[in-house]
Amino acid sequence: MPLTLTLAKALNAGLRASMEADPKVVVMGEDVGKLGGVFRITDGLQADFGEDRVIDTPLAESAIIGTAIGLAMRGFRPVCEIQFDGFVYPAFDQIVTQLAKMHYRTQGRVRLPVTVRIPFGGGIGAVEHHSESPEAYFCHTAGLKVVACSNPTDAHMMIRQAVAADDPVIFFEPKRRYWDKADVETGAPLSAATPLHVSRVVRTGDDATLVAYGPMVRTCLNAAEAMAVEGRELEVIDLRTLSPLDLSPVLASVRRTGRLVVVHEAPSNVSLSAEIAARVTEAAFYSLEAPVLRVTGYDTPYPPSRLEEHYLPDVDRVLDAVDRSFQY
Amino acid sequence: MSVPETDRSVSGTDRPDALVTPVPRDPRDPEDADTGPVRLLAPDGRRLADDTYDPYIADLADTELYGLLRDMVIVRRLDEEATALQRQGELGLWASLRGQEAAQVGSARALRDDDMVFPSYREHGVAWCRGVDPLDVLSLFRGVNHGGWDADEHGFQDYSIVVGSQTLHATGYAMGVTRELAADGDGGLPVTVVYFGDGASSQGDVNEALNWAGVFEAPVVFFCQNNQWAISEPTRRQTRAPIFRRARGFGLPGVQVDGNDVLATLAVTRYALQAARRRCPVLVEAVTYRMGAHTTADDPSRYRHADELAGWSRRDPVQRMAAYLRGRGLLDDSRAADLDAEADALATTLREGCLRLPDPSPHSMFDHVYVHDTETPAAARDACEQAEPSGQPEPSGPGEPSGQAGPSADPAVVSPLLTVAAAPLHHTRKAI
Repeated sequence: MPLTLTLAKALNAGLRASMEADPKVVVMGEDVGKLGGVFRITDGLQADFGEDRVIDTPLAESAIIGTAIGLAMRGFRPVCEIQFDGFVYPAFDQIVTQLAKMHYRTQGRVRLPVTVRIPFGGGIGAVEHHSESPEAYFCHTAGLKVVACSNPTDAHMMIRQAVAADDPVIFFEPKRRYWDKADVETGAPLSAATPLHVSRVVRTGDDATLVAYGPMVRTCLNAAEAMAVEGRELEVIDLRTLSPLDLSPVLASVRRTGRLVVVHEAPSNVSLSAEIAARVTEAAFYSLEAPVLRVTGYDTPYPPSRLEEHYLPDVDRVLDAVDRSFQY
Repeated sequence: MSVPETDRSVSGTDRPDALVTPVPRDPRDPEDADTGPVRLLAPDGRRLADDTYDPYIADLADTELYGLLRDMVIVRRLDEEATALQRQGELGLWASLRGQEAAQVGSARALRDDDMVFPSYREHGVAWCRGVDPLDVLSLFRGVNHGGWDADEHGFQDYSIVVGSQTLHATGYAMGVTRELAADGDGGLPVTVVYFGDGASSQGDVNEALNWAGVFEAPVVFFCQNNQWAISEPTRRQTRAPIFRRARGFGLPGVQVDGNDVLATLAVTRYALQAARRRCPVLVEAVTYRMGAHTTADDPSRYRHADELAGWSRRDPVQRMAAYLRGRGLLDDSRAADLDAEADALATTLREGCLRLPDPSPHSMFDHVYVHDTETPAAARDACEQAEPSGQPEPSGPGEPSGQAGPSADPAVVSPLLTVAAAPLHHTRKAI
């Protein structure tokens, strides 16, 4: 019997299921205990699993990841919360230098099944450092897996899959979609879920392809609905997995539609959309009717929140890019 | 007990107060009594009494005392061999432990089998005491792999090259121990011992780890080898206060020990372990000296005086223990010669093993990026196989050093100046 849950509650239920399934799972981060996290994603977990398994940490992100690595070396399965996207940089060294490389360094002897949860993206009227999209930094680093959920149903299963995974996973949560609601099967076995590193078509169409992840998936679905009124059907693909990329559904779609627009909040310079454009051009060059186009945040620092509606891709900017694609 | 003038600073220009104007003291802030580092052996090998720390080594049998010297002689000899191998192009790099034998052997021989070490990259003496094959240490510096031993088998994790990062791993590991075992069990908890240096003490990670260990009462011993130099920067450039004093600010005990005194280091580490087994983390600062270069790519003649090395050579940790054992009648010329011969034989074995280390297959670079293969390494592996279908390394020409371990392209590496720190291969240890 599915429950109707917000994305935040779906993640909470996923973490609870992970902790029930494996006593080695520990949750750690700033304010994750009594408060339940600033977004309440870990709400109630400390009351039920105790302070040894849900750990309120000192305010030191490098240490959150560094000690999680040590816990994993001892056989634990830590789930770290980085409170906001812009706070991950003090932990960047431990993530890139240690978390990503220790399995390789030790020729497979050490496994680090650490999940790093990061609420990301803008649109909530926040102050500086609370609205960023740093996913490309992590995708660039071999040894890490990077995923982003876009809806409650996926969020629930994907967090359980990430926690159960044997590699380190950077798990991006679309913070402005935390309050979106959908049906979630909290009791579903992991084996029934779409594999974590598989991208998925979330709306079919034959005229052009939109690719997005995280908060921009809903934006793209809205754009596709608007376009349908004009009689053109856009196919929308939710990447879900950012590293490794799963471009097979993208390539299959582009081979039909001949047109691709990639959408994300992160700036465009050396971004995921750049990588996707390069790979699609290489693999499906003769299918393309137009160059791969990108709709992204601008190449500036994230602006003050009174400007963010101008910075963030929206339906109009997506449709404008689709129109430009059709003009070729 | 007397403190040699070189303990606190290595030259007059590095004295703390030489750089700043003294300011009035807060009268409520009591000045620490400066008792100097814990020392049980004088530089000439005389045994110094210490009511606090004597009991920690009272149980040592004659064979165990001799064993400490044996460890130090062997790790110094293997270190000389590794330096020579680097000079001959067989290692890409070597970080010599020369001068730090007592700090490493004394601390490592205090450990239980179920304790876990998180080393930096110079802990070859600790590796030896934990039963790691020295050849596995060389394989890293030859570039065959990034580390070649089983950490759980030896209670000795892989070397950590980014300084200080491992202090956090150690703290997390110890937090794991407290989640599995109770501190009031027989003998207390297994302890995590993390090695780092005076340079690393400046890193945020080290200070986060000290703080974290205190907050979570993690069974960790932070073992800082203050060898006076972080490449070219003296300890005074890292910190104004003695490193062990920092412990107090984190709510931990801090102890300074003469790291060139193997007995004192053993005693202090045993004390620290005893506290940590009951969930009281401890910071130990072992005052020692890096007698060689930072690594074989370094040239210390550019930044420190030769007479400084001469001063510390009079406090050589190996000679000090040998002099003590001679005074006790536990060492004579014949036994010293036997020990030298044993160390030489091990060095020969190490050399032969090093020369036989095979270069890895190019395809192996794609292994273990992830636990299970995923699309990205699979695609890269395919590209590599197209480029190099045989999967075998290029054969070396006759007489050439094999593999990637040849001399660096950096001309500084082959400068004759750099041989200053390299000991001759067949070295006579007069004191033994």
